[in-house]
Amino acid sequence: MSTKGLRKSIMYGWTGKILHIDLTTKRTECECPGEEVYHQWLGGKGLAGFFMRDNCTRRWNDPLMPLIVCTGPLVDTQSPTSGRCSIMSRSPLTGTVGDTSVGGAFGTELKRAGWDGVIITGRSESLCGIDIDDSRVTFVDAAETRGMTVSAMTARLVTRGEKGSCAVVGPAADNGVYYANIMVDGRHTAGRNGLGLVMYSKGCRYIRVRGSGKTTVADKDALRSAVNDVNRLIDASPALTGRFGIAQWGTAALYDLMDARRMMPTANFRKTYFPPARQNNAFAFHRVYHPVSYGCRGCHIRCKKNAEDGTPLPEFESLSHFSALLENSDIRTTYNANRFCNEMGMDTISAAATIACYCEIEKQSPSASDILMFLRQAVQGQGDGRLLAQGSARMSRERGLPETSMTVKDQELPAYDPRGAYGMALGYVTSTRGGCHLRAYPIAHEILRKPVATDRFSFEGKARINKITEDINAVVDSLTACKFVFFAATLEEYAHVLSAVSGIKVTAQDLMRCGERIDYNERMMNAVNGFSCDHDDLPNRFFTESGSGSSTYEVPPLDRDAFLAARSSYYIIRGLDHRGLPTRAKTNTIGLEWKD
Amino acid sequence: MERLIKKFENKLVSQGLVGKGDLLIGARDVIPSWNDSNHPVRHIIEPIFVDINCNSVFYAIPAEPYRTIIAYLAGKSPDGRILPKDSETRTFLHELPVIDKMTSESIVERLRCRKCVITADGGIVTFGTVSPEQAFVTYSSVCFATFVKYFDDYRRAVRAGSATAEDERIFTTVCETVKPVPACKDHILTRGAFSREKDVLTAIAEAGRLTVDYGLVDSYFGNISYRMGETLYISQTGSSLDELTGSLIDPCPLDGSSCVGMTASSELSAHHAIVTGSDARCVLHGHPRFAVIESMDCQDVSCPYHGRCHIFCPKDRSVGHIPIVSGEIGTGKHGLCTTVPAALSRTDGVIVYGHGVFTTGIRDFNKAFQSLVTIERFCFDHYFSTVHVP
Repeated sequence: MSTKGLRKSIMYGWTGKILHIDLTTKRTECECPGEEVYHQWLGGKGLAGFFMRDNCTRRWNDPLMPLIVCTGPLVDTQSPTSGRCSIMSRSPLTGTVGDTSVGGAFGTELKRAGWDGVIITGRSESLCGIDIDDSRVTFVDAAETRGMTVSAMTARLVTRGEKGSCAVVGPAADNGVYYANIMVDGRHTAGRNGLGLVMYSKGCRYIRVRGSGKTTVADKDALRSAVNDVNRLIDASPALTGRFGIAQWGTAALYDLMDARRMMPTANFRKTYFPPARQNNAFAFHRVYHPVSYGCRGCHIRCKKNAEDGTPLPEFESLSHFSALLENSDIRTTYNANRFCNEMGMDTISAAATIACYCEIEKQSPSASDILMFLRQAVQGQGDGRLLAQGSARMSRERGLPETSMTVKDQELPAYDPRGAYGMALGYVTSTRGGCHLRAYPIAHEILRKPVATDRFSFEGKARINKITEDINAVVDSLTACKFVFFAATLEEYAHVLSAVSGIKVTAQDLMRCGERIDYNERMMNAVNGFSCDHDDLPNRFFTESGSGSSTYEVPPLDRDAFLAARSSYYIIRGLDHRGLPTRAKTNTIGLEWKD
Repeated sequence: MERLIKKFENKLVSQGLVGKGDLLIGARDVIPSWNDSNHPVRHIIEPIFVDINCNSVFYAIPAEPYRTIIAYLAGKSPDGRILPKDSETRTFLHELPVIDKMTSESIVERLRCRKCVITADGGIVTFGTVSPEQAFVTYSSVCFATFVKYFDDYRRAVRAGSATAEDERIFTTVCETVKPVPACKDHILTRGAFSREKDVLTAIAEAGRLTVDYGLVDSYFGNISYRMGETLYISQTGSSLDELTGSLIDPCPLDGSSCVGMTASSELSAHHAIVTGSDARCVLHGHPRFAVIESMDCQDVSCPYHGRCHIFCPKDRSVGHIPIVSGEIGTGKHGLCTTVPAALSRTDGVIVYGHGVFTTGIRDFNKAFQSLVTIERFCFDHYFSTVHVP
């Protein structure tokens, strides 16, 4: 292994080392970025974006397009919910920057192995696996694993109870599904954007990592105090640890709430209320599957739920889309569809939404067996599987009915109908990775009332709010912490955590400045790939059709003029021009380099 | 944003937290709007919008007695921080930074780290990231926290013999504007029991409003619930008790068969345990100031749990006949959801250390409200029986 860049200096929190792997040559290299790189980009998705920028115009399947996995400075410390990592490349599904935050133990093991990140380029001649054992990297022939399910692959790589973690791609990637995921430790999903397909295009079936080191902390007493502040807020949070919080019920707890708020996407977003919802809610799953809680490494909230046999139960998005979106009231079909997607390594949101779109085009109501059949076809390329594997946007365009695809920038929308939460409507279109709820995450204030409640049926103030929360969430994905904990804590508390870990005095506002830079960097990459206001738009359905109101209120279509005004406000606040494109002037103020 | 500015301007004035004209509120989406464009400190406050990633800012000189109290505490904070020990500060505010120069730079420097800053003249500057409501909540919490700290500290100083003549003079001034909550008549609220949802919602809204009107809680704190059959109706987290409507009250099935109560108050677990473990149908939780002050009056400085009373106090404490229990907000292993229901099985009112009061009623909110008033009035008298106004 060769070493390039600056010599690693003594740092707390970060290891100071990035591992480069070239799968074409099977060579590795260690890079030691300067401390200023870490201070500007933090880690996780920020650091990944820094390394991504120079390659961002390459096609997703160009061997030189990097697949980047980065941990954050808080990983492998006492910091709550900080055992995560971010994975980034260019999305096959959307063409935008593609990134995903994932839990499990992968981030912790990578950090313990001595790496802040790993950057994979090249293409292996034959399917291979990568073994990272501290500083030792070996390549393993994996040709015979073609078609192997995620759980089988994972069982082969990591023995339960032993150290180590693995990220694998499943049969969905083998067969070119545009929304193939990377699966961590068999049950944690690096989802959306189709990064599983990018990994597979490099001839990489898996990455296994084992680390024996320990992340050093600058001030353990200060960390303990800062962690106590965070934990106190977690205990005070209804959404996290309350009687109906996600610690108790998993994210499926949101299911009843979305239905009650009349914003549960139903029948491919033609309705927003699903009368048989209770047959699929978290309580119903508890009665049928007797869940056992588990969590990501370093998290005591433990929001993940397994059935007794160890099968992960659906998260809220999967639960909602495999039931309401497809008008399926059979809990076992929901369970089986979710399980199938996980085994195949396939994004549940896109899979369900693509089937919903397909059924609208075909004017059919899918039966339980239809749903499972369509999923199999998508993975196996049978029947209309080739179409289904491309996602709903490409499929609907090929069928001449693009208006049936409920996507933004070709990515299927998750389970929050934008007519029921206007900040979400705006957040979907300004997300840098296509239709996604997690960038601005307006669910926090529009539904869960945190930090305070806002009027969900109004665009008033939402442009500024979304800009701020996008910055915050960019920080969260860079630290790399879990967004859920920010239903309770704020960057004020996490700045103290980071200061204690790193020994560098950091404030919440310092972090938000990093977040602004990280977000803008992604917009610059998207802009050079041709994205502009033309792509920052919602499907027409949301402006022309009502949702399903209740006896006390209606869910009207979005007012297009108000939406466009809010989008224009957002562009101004974000420092973009009227076309939604980055400007040289803004670039200079946030420490980014303008490239013509 | 003008609508929100107006709303919180009115709220601050009507709740006696700020004098008219002593307030500057700015809120922005693209450009800022102000409640008072000609306010004399606008040029100092406006730069906050440049340096702090926020959508609203507040600057206000609090009304009395808060103005005097905060200025006094600010003057007694040589390290530039006021450190109240009530639960709101411990959980949400952490500390109250103080600056001695009223400049944009010094304000911004502190706001980069914390939710608020206190100026040497007793003013409060705070901000919101998603709504002016955040700034309001912080402002209101600072008033509450400093009030509690001031009266608690003063009594300790008197007992220790360290209160100076100047301290006594200020205490006298402060006490001129501090009055007990008024006594209330019996059956001031609608009588129950209630068997229709709309009656439950109306009764909750009515009791919430009165609790705020009587000054038994700052409007964004506290919570309230009523059990009808197998459903517990409870105010949502972060809702104003004086603004409760049906959409701000969650119907939570007691068997957990729906998670629609995910937005319910952070004290849902305590309310649930109370109504399922006793005959009580209704629960009222407020933050009456003197009850909180009295709950923190422990003189055993040799106690091994000194400084950690809010979670570890092992004693059977009370003020008069009213039990005092430990317990943190919410559900953790030291959560009040374990201590409060146990105490309420023996009485109909309990004070949580440094936090607030829970009371119950069997049929409607009359008894719960009456108990809340009685406890606060008793605590007010009890405080001034231990500390005399010079």
